[in-house]
Amino acid sequence: MSEPILQVRDLVKHFPITRGVLFQRTIGHVRAVDGVSFDLNKGETLGIVGESGCGKSTLAQVLMRLEKPTSGSATFEGRDMFAMKGPELRKLRRDMQIVLQDPYTSLNPRRTVGDIVGEPFEIHPEVAPKGERRRRVQELLDVVGLNPEHIHRYPHQFSGGQRQRIGIARALALKPKVIVCDEPVSALDVSIQAQVMNLLGELQQEFGLSYVFIAHDLGVVRHLSDRVGVMYLGRMVEVGTGEQIYQHPQHPYTQALLSSVPVPDPALRGKREVIRLSGDVPSPADPPSGCRFRTRCWKAQDRCAEEAPALEVRLGEHPAACHFAEERPQLLA
Amino acid sequence: MSEVDVTTGGRLLDVEDLHVEFRTRDGVAKVLNGVSYHVDAGETLAVLGESGSGKSVTAQTVMGILDTPPGHVTGGRIRYGGEDLLQATEERRRLLRGDSMAMIFQDALSALNPVYTVGFQIAEQLRTRRGMSRKDATARAVELLDMVKIPNAKQRVKEFPHQFSGGMRQRAMIAMSLALDPQLLIADEPTTALDVTVQAQIMDLLDELRRERGMGLILITHDLGVVAEVADRIVVMYAGRIVESADAHGLYARPGHPYTEGLMRSIPRLDLAGQDLATIEGLPPNLMRIPSGCPFHPRCPRAADPCRDTVPEQHDLGAGRTSACHFAEELIKSE
Repeated sequence: MSEPILQVRDLVKHFPITRGVLFQRTIGHVRAVDGVSFDLNKGETLGIVGESGCGKSTLAQVLMRLEKPTSGSATFEGRDMFAMKGPELRKLRRDMQIVLQDPYTSLNPRRTVGDIVGEPFEIHPEVAPKGERRRRVQELLDVVGLNPEHIHRYPHQFSGGQRQRIGIARALALKPKVIVCDEPVSALDVSIQAQVMNLLGELQQEFGLSYVFIAHDLGVVRHLSDRVGVMYLGRMVEVGTGEQIYQHPQHPYTQALLSSVPVPDPALRGKREVIRLSGDVPSPADPPSGCRFRTRCWKAQDRCAEEAPALEVRLGEHPAACHFAEERPQLLA
Repeated sequence: MSEVDVTTGGRLLDVEDLHVEFRTRDGVAKVLNGVSYHVDAGETLAVLGESGSGKSVTAQTVMGILDTPPGHVTGGRIRYGGEDLLQATEERRRLLRGDSMAMIFQDALSALNPVYTVGFQIAEQLRTRRGMSRKDATARAVELLDMVKIPNAKQRVKEFPHQFSGGMRQRAMIAMSLALDPQLLIADEPTTALDVTVQAQIMDLLDELRRERGMGLILITHDLGVVAEVADRIVVMYAGRIVESADAHGLYARPGHPYTEGLMRSIPRLDLAGQDLATIEGLPPNLMRIPSGCPFHPRCPRAADPCRDTVPEQHDLGAGRTSACHFAEELIKSE
């Protein structure tokens, strides 16, 4: 296994809930990310799946240093990310880039594609000298499968899939080492989604990129990821290789999630094991005590309310945060 | 009311050769170009297609809620219980909406009125259409919320939409759409905005209600997984046309149109983790400039000469299947 490029330990991000206009006081916290640890190895893709409100996007924001963590640490190539400043931070900003979900709102409608993709060079002129920028931008457009001649067009002249390619070109401009992809294909139609996913795969091969790939679609994550982490209410409940998570899930939440994904094969109708969770995800402002999944879990016992299960290896080879972790294969077919 | 005998599984809705265009400042977009499908009582018809394929516009035209302008129906018939809805008066269509056919939408939050309680919005139609008293209507609203499995319905009926979670709101929408016992329910991407665990709950609920009530259900979606789990029959739309129509098992076992085939291959499946996904090259056509011949030919791996200039007819493939491809027969036979 290659060495980790990014190491995250016990990362916590709480957002205060305030009341009052003039005299604001904090009346609680939204525990968006509440103790997440993982390693990202060089050249690998770590998929992060979870439903809305599980904290996966907040995690992306904190990793990009767009939000300050409440506590916890993260190192990039062995150096503390959150302590960086000055030139070191500028270097980090080059090395880590993000691709956002919505290709409609993440591109400035008043600027041409050339401006958008070339903007990183204004901030980091050392990457491409002024005279070379136009050529670099055209190269980037070519790399992501857009016509380099379209450099003077505006975002509205492109379709959703093409805009997402523009976003990817912008992220590639500074030759980053890590790209955080926050739901990069969720807004796209199936046929276009497949094109963009293939592109992300090719770029990884070509440039040796490492991805943190955040998505709610388990199929998409499976397809691109070497390892997968499952999040629920701000915590990582299970981490493992694609094979471990999808074929041998141990955490009840992972099992329920897999069982809920509709399989595009009517022959399997009624033949798959069905786990239906009742109710909704509790509010991250007031998460249940102990194990956060216990309010929807069919295995929950008294112990689950008292003691939060650690993310550790209990059986098999990969860690799951459940006191009663047990394998349950054949959820998929 | 035009009653259709639901016990016999009779024909509920027949859409024939529907044409709709959007007249905009930039030109005329041919949004529907001869759409035909039918729904029987008690069955689930899935309408599958990507953005811009015309699946929602067809449903809006059936419901009579197409925005005019820019939308104009330029041809076709919509038969509902022997009556052509396109000839019916607006008053008649208003009476049919809710009583005979109802629709639920993707975004339940914007479909609900934020300033009225959920209970009021469900009860409103019972009061105006059934002449029920406020008290009786509210009691019925509680029953309906109960039916869609909203816990503690007695309390919930007094709450506002923003106090409901996404899944709850969609349940409330379903309760509202079923208040007047329609025979046909059109669900337009009902679970697209929901998480998978909640999506599974809502699809189960819709399927259960359809069975209990012998309702016809039109499920509009782009999700091939959802379709595979619930649909009896499937129509696939592309550029305002039906390109393929088949029973669910047949369609997935062997697609009869290259577009359907491409769609199936481009979904990342959980049970088949591969390296490269097959894709459909290019982009869906601009509806103001639909390609000549078969509208799919510029993206089609099988495109040949006839595809460029002749619009393919619906080829009858037997067993109730049709495909609008010049090579449909070969596709079905080939491995």
